[in-house]
Amino acid sequence: MNALEAGPLSTGAEWTFELIERYDRAIGDIALNEYKLDIFPNQIEVIASEQMLDAYASVGLPIGYPHWSYGKEFIRNEQMYRKGQRGLAYEIVINSNPCIAYLMEENSLPMQALVIAHACYGHNSFFKGNYLFKQWTNADAIIDYMVFARNYVMKCEDRYGHAAVEEILDSCHALQSHGVDRYRHPAPLSADEERLRQREREDYAWKQYDDIWRTLPSRGSHDESKNAAAGNYPPEPQENLLYFVEKHAPKLEPWQRELVRIVRKMAQYFYPQGMTKVMNEGWATFWHYTLLNRLYDKGLVDDGFMLEVLSSHTNVVAQRGFDQRGYGGINPYALGFAMMTDIRRICENPTPEDHEWFPDIAGGDWLKVLDFAMRNYKDESFIGQFLSPRLIRDFHLFAIADHAQDEHLVVDSIHNEQGYRRVRQLLSQQYNRDGQVPDIQVVRYDHRGDRSLTIQHRRHRGRPLGEESGEVLKHLARLWGFTVRLHTVDEKGKLLEQRETRGT
Amino acid sequence: MSIVIDRRLNDRNKSAVNRERFLRRYKEQIRKSVSDMVSKRSITDMDRGGDVQIPTRDISEPTFHHGQGGDREMILPGNKQFSPGDKLKRPEGGGGGGGNGSGGDGQSENSEDEFTFTLSREEFMNLFFDDLELPHLIRNVVGDVREYKMQRAGYTPSGVPANLSVTRSLRQALARRIALESPLKKQMAELKTREVPPDDEIAELQKRIDRVPFLDEFDLRYRHRVKVPQPISRAVMFCLMDVSASMTEDKKDLAKRFYTLLYLFLSRKYEKVELVFIRHTDNAQEVDEDAFFHDRQSGGTVVLSALKLMQEIMTARYPSDAWNIYGAQVSDGDAFGADPEKSRACLTEQLLPHSRYFAYIEVPDDPMRTSPLSYAYQRIDSDKFAMSSVTHRGEVYPVLRELFKKEAA
Repeated sequence: MNALEAGPLSTGAEWTFELIERYDRAIGDIALNEYKLDIFPNQIEVIASEQMLDAYASVGLPIGYPHWSYGKEFIRNEQMYRKGQRGLAYEIVINSNPCIAYLMEENSLPMQALVIAHACYGHNSFFKGNYLFKQWTNADAIIDYMVFARNYVMKCEDRYGHAAVEEILDSCHALQSHGVDRYRHPAPLSADEERLRQREREDYAWKQYDDIWRTLPSRGSHDESKNAAAGNYPPEPQENLLYFVEKHAPKLEPWQRELVRIVRKMAQYFYPQGMTKVMNEGWATFWHYTLLNRLYDKGLVDDGFMLEVLSSHTNVVAQRGFDQRGYGGINPYALGFAMMTDIRRICENPTPEDHEWFPDIAGGDWLKVLDFAMRNYKDESFIGQFLSPRLIRDFHLFAIADHAQDEHLVVDSIHNEQGYRRVRQLLSQQYNRDGQVPDIQVVRYDHRGDRSLTIQHRRHRGRPLGEESGEVLKHLARLWGFTVRLHTVDEKGKLLEQRETRGT
Repeated sequence: MSIVIDRRLNDRNKSAVNRERFLRRYKEQIRKSVSDMVSKRSITDMDRGGDVQIPTRDISEPTFHHGQGGDREMILPGNKQFSPGDKLKRPEGGGGGGGNGSGGDGQSENSEDEFTFTLSREEFMNLFFDDLELPHLIRNVVGDVREYKMQRAGYTPSGVPANLSVTRSLRQALARRIALESPLKKQMAELKTREVPPDDEIAELQKRIDRVPFLDEFDLRYRHRVKVPQPISRAVMFCLMDVSASMTEDKKDLAKRFYTLLYLFLSRKYEKVELVFIRHTDNAQEVDEDAFFHDRQSGGTVVLSALKLMQEIMTARYPSDAWNIYGAQVSDGDAFGADPEKSRACLTEQLLPHSRYFAYIEVPDDPMRTSPLSYAYQRIDSDKFAMSSVTHRGEVYPVLRELFKKEAA
């Protein structure tokens, strides 16, 4: 194809900027022209290990607002890193346009190439293609928005004091996992618009304030009072607690609402990442493996290069058994990579079993099938659709049932003919958000009466809330400013328990 | 299509602000740790960072999450011998790692009960000073190296005329002239050896040679001087303490902070600081630091014995023309009979003339009562002497205020 094919791009482990560019070009050539990956432009940044620690602390974003919890995270990581208990990730990649990927200065050249393939072509194309990311994040605006958030938070600190800002942020962080929309599409935002809208909201509130309205006898509020009499505001339960707080909390100042909004936006931004961990990492791992092997096949890299890449790759996709030392749950890299590879295998070399289980894709064009899967699935549905019996056997997956009324744990099913579907279904459920985040919704805001807020926890299969709920309730009460009630109901809606915290 | 950017030179301490916030938020817990460290460490060892532990539950961030109980199934990898229907014992502590699936970034509840991290030297010293309610100006005096000496450090091409080095500049000029002229001169010599020397060319060359200036601006060299931190010389610090039974652990802890503060101050100022620990009941002994703070003694109280011993040690080992002598005395103020007056006399006549500074703090049981010793000491009129009655850590610093003020000015 070009002159480079004459021999390896380089030998030895030292990297230079020129070499990084050369490898990037070679990998990009394969990724875009042979495999037709669709990506954002890349911005590759070389950083030192301390900077990597910084990036860790700010949840991977290059900029964030100041808060003590990030300091805690930073200290924890730094401590572990200094003591050698943990190495640093080789890369961090940010879902933005251009897609920013960090390479660590300490990496050897093969590692840099691996990271480029993994992050700049794997993750990058996933960010651009997957429907959840398309729907919920706006890659063009995130960096700008973080700049806005940071400046806004710091301005508030100057004006209202650190303590006041910290209080609100603490409370918002406690509710972060319940500050996510799952079913609506937020309008894309840019930093300028956001700033403008914030000012408008504030101005509007100022202008609308007129003490005289308070003295008028209410006439036109018939509908509302009817509603209030029926006691059903909001008319439908709301699952986004932070959104409800932002819009309706009676006592919050405009700037405090804005802070709630900032935390909510951040939570929303990270929502797709949590929903696609297996797929995202699997996709990126699959591509670094495929792209670098292709480099090797073309004779562009030598055996030493490949050995280092493979040894690192093998570590990343290692899955320990549940009874082995260092077991930390199912490794998303391992499962994701295995599933992506398996889909390719099903397309290229289907067995009779595959024909039975995957009649649609067996023998198909693997590139198209993989691309379709990447674009239209999240972990839950991806596993439900594509986990093959063969992988269940390879991983020796089995299901344990933990039921409250049983004294023992019971082995529910294993990797056998009767168990495949059940195991697959259960594993898929394990990645369902409902299994991780309790179902808590706002059911009533008594805005005509004592202004109390009632939230309802619907127990999922009898699982209670963790012990910290009382604390979280206090945080919610702090934001709300009036009494907050937590009702726990069972799956049929029968009230089991209620708790109450008074606002301040 | 890809852009590669070198960010290694960017600011590396982005998280410093967050770290600082964390420290501020948990100041109480950290201060307690620091306080423990102060009591465990030796005075001379105070000047460094240290590990701080905070109980993890104090710093956890609560969220709504599922607790123990209810029904659920988990998928685990690595089955070896299980068949459907097998019953297993519930593991102690429950939970298991299985259900964690794709849970965000994993608010992992590790089993560490203590969150441990390291304070830097600055952070440690700041907390220590906070404890002593030390004013900021003084922190700089105690916390930083402040004495500098100018030291020669070669030559620089820029500077003030007073620092001009004539020899260096001329040498530079000479070198430049040789470098610029010699090829021309060589050419000239060659032209002159020709049979018919071309006059105009020679004249042209001569002009070029003449145009090379004797001294050019970039020949100039200036003597370069840099500031180097320079502790002045050596000092000895006498720590005198009454260790009779009435001195409780709290009082000793207060005393230790007092000595430490003075020591830190001295060690910034002097290259070498020696410590002499003298404890006394009714007779005085020179002991090491550990015994000084931790051994208990019984007996009466004769302050004079300690002062006498200090004087003996001074004359024997620390002549005042070679050492800067500092005294720091702590007592609960009990003294009997003629002892306070004799001590006062000994202090004013024998010790103060040879000392740079002598500070006395009293840690009384009853702050309202004037003790016999402070009654006597109050009449000492010397700007080298300071005394105060201290019941709280924040009151330690004012005793040394005069001393620090002089140095900070």
